[in-house]
Amino acid sequence: MEDVKPQLLKVTIDGIEVEVEPGTTILQAARKIGPAVAPPAMCYYQPLKGSGGKCRACLVRVAAGSAKDPRPMPKLVASCLTAVQDGMIVENETSPQVIDARNGIVEFLLLNHPLDCPVCDQAGECDLQNFAFDHGKATTRYEEDRRTFEKRDIGPYIQLHMTRCILCYRCVYTADQITNKRVHGVMNRGDASEISTYIEKAIDNDFSGNVIDVCPVGALTDKTYRFKNRVWFTKPVDAHRDCPTCSGKVTLWYRGEDVIRVTARKNEWNEVTEFICNTCRFDTKKTSDWTIEGPTKISRSSVISANKYRADTIKPSFGERLAAADYKPIHDERDTSQLSIQQLPAERFAKVLPSALEPEV
Amino acid sequence: MATKILTEHINVPGIETFDVYRKQGGYTAVEKAIKTMTPEAIVEEVKKAGVRGRGGAGFPMGMKWSFLAKPEGIPRYLVCNADESEPGTFKDHYLMKNIPHLLIEGMIISSFALGANKSFIYVRGELMYVIHILEKAIAEAKAKGFLGKNILGSGYDLELVVQPGGGAYICGEETALLESLEGKRGNPRNKPPFPAVKGLYQSPTVVNNVESIATTSWIVNHGGDAYAAIGIGRSTGTKLISASGHINKPGVYEIDLGVPVEDFIYADEWCGGIRPGHKFKALVAGGSSVPILPANLALTLANGEKRLMSYESLSDGGFATGTMLGSGGFIVFDETSCIVRNTWNFSRFYHHESCGQCSPCREGTGWMEKVLHRIEYGHGHQQDIDLLVDVAKKIEGNTICPLGDAAAWPVASAIRHFREEFQWHIDHPTEATQPGAVYRGEMALV
Repeated sequence: MEDVKPQLLKVTIDGIEVEVEPGTTILQAARKIGPAVAPPAMCYYQPLKGSGGKCRACLVRVAAGSAKDPRPMPKLVASCLTAVQDGMIVENETSPQVIDARNGIVEFLLLNHPLDCPVCDQAGECDLQNFAFDHGKATTRYEEDRRTFEKRDIGPYIQLHMTRCILCYRCVYTADQITNKRVHGVMNRGDASEISTYIEKAIDNDFSGNVIDVCPVGALTDKTYRFKNRVWFTKPVDAHRDCPTCSGKVTLWYRGEDVIRVTARKNEWNEVTEFICNTCRFDTKKTSDWTIEGPTKISRSSVISANKYRADTIKPSFGERLAAADYKPIHDERDTSQLSIQQLPAERFAKVLPSALEPEV
Repeated sequence: MATKILTEHINVPGIETFDVYRKQGGYTAVEKAIKTMTPEAIVEEVKKAGVRGRGGAGFPMGMKWSFLAKPEGIPRYLVCNADESEPGTFKDHYLMKNIPHLLIEGMIISSFALGANKSFIYVRGELMYVIHILEKAIAEAKAKGFLGKNILGSGYDLELVVQPGGGAYICGEETALLESLEGKRGNPRNKPPFPAVKGLYQSPTVVNNVESIATTSWIVNHGGDAYAAIGIGRSTGTKLISASGHINKPGVYEIDLGVPVEDFIYADEWCGGIRPGHKFKALVAGGSSVPILPANLALTLANGEKRLMSYESLSDGGFATGTMLGSGGFIVFDETSCIVRNTWNFSRFYHHESCGQCSPCREGTGWMEKVLHRIEYGHGHQQDIDLLVDVAKKIEGNTICPLGDAAAWPVASAIRHFREEFQWHIDHPTEATQPGAVYRGEMALV
């Protein structure tokens, strides 16, 4: 019998057309194109069923609903939940409305999230840090008291620091979906909401450690690793072992000869590919426990790659764009050749910012 | 004289009992619907009537019913949203307390039209005595054969359940209500899928307001066309308005849609005018979540015509010069009201009631409340006014459910129309924090 392939749907995101299968969300379609047009996601986590829609970081503008009904959608939509239609046109980075909304979301998320990246274990691997770098501002307009909590031990291996939590619900979904004894969830409501366990209970089951991996910020941290190192000083290595509980496929994080942390492997969107058990994560930290596969592939623009490659191979595209956006020709009487700085030619930014070539009005 | 559809018999002594209600012509619509009409015919009549959802959104009820998915082998549900908790709105409470059988009759007809064999009335938990009244009325109707198995020998079964809510405002949002009804935390669901496709227990569900459901018995008895003949334009029928604030006669009034706002405020039949010796200052026309209007825009449209009590007229001009009919929570303010304090009070409510699921609402409502609190208590800065406008704009339209909009609109509209009051609070912190201090233009203090 001949295989019947589902008819592919054409969707255009930021001017780039891509064909996807029915049921694909805008976010997944954008990820198929690549990081340049993929909306940020703080709560959506592909391996977790039902996640997404909460942080609103991935809002996009649907400029045309479909080929049949090309009307734009009245509001920005959460790309992680909205399925694509054939002929849909989506604006992500190209829409000032989207960028404005995302700036707002960063600001909201940072109202109560402390900027203690220098002492946070998640620094360098933090989704919020990246999101804030891309869409945030250097200053805040918030001058009220911030919400603070005492740190809480919620098990032998995990520490909860609610002060940093952004209520993405990922850990709740993880506990719900991959463990058999969920004892934690969200209590209270509004900005008084907090992740908590059921009356002083500990999170204690074979897969509990995965809540650490899914946390996009530093609210849930690994007590066996806390304050031991900075991620950019470590060397990630793929390894596996014969584990009766999970797949045993992990990333080992080396400092010198020592394995200082074990995590599940993650894809380029920072999502766990296979959840691992607590034995692999917390109890097997000798090289002899593992079969080493080789260095983990890390994006060279990631901070984890810092100091590991030649400087000239790292191309931070965002920094370039930022510089281009801020660039303004100097029109004054000075003879710039006499100055110690050289004015950069506008052509240099033509690729990333065509408006740089236009004369200033 | 206004038509009385819902409140015709509300003052009859003992109307809360089955026998008195029946003597007044009650349950004749159930008999007519079940014995002589098909479910499709009832839906058609409701469509013809053009009745729009009375909970606040104003979505056409017949259209909502026709969206209901009807897959084989899967139950369908009707849920009555009686979680009324918008500040300023108390019409459903009034109806359920005084004439519970009207709602039950509507529930039977609507459930029959939708093919639901189990329906729920989700009542706000604080209204326990109303829950008892409804339960008693349901027991009476069941004893008389209007509920339960084989209603009136037609073969149609209906079980009606009254469910007390947890007392959270967000549980009035239809998907949060369904979550709550399922025994979960009352967080709104992402849409789509809409409840008409996947609602209660993942089954097709219609969620309607008390007042909307209560109209169905009149529509069945008199026909959709008769209902559509009342009102004005696309705002058909009558509407219960819960009037409060600085008026002579606060209360719940049933009006024909299309009555001028001015008449509603000043006529003896309704609000009876502003309290003696005072001047009309501002109006919240449809519950605290809708934009506030200054007196001149409340009474007239931007083009000078009279503003009417209808969906279209109240929203004329968008949010620049208009507002919404909403749930009919009509709050009148005279010149002794401090708009800043009132806005802070509303904002405090939405901050407290935000479910905390999505970040703009969770963080933004609290931020607005704190800034307004500062301004009200004399610690505002010049940039705070624009900050509030910007925060409201960042929340509006970016949240999972409309609570974000409900929190943002009162703040944005208060600043749009009463900016000088906010400015006065910032410029004169000492005077503004005096007890009873209210901005009155040149004469700043009471």
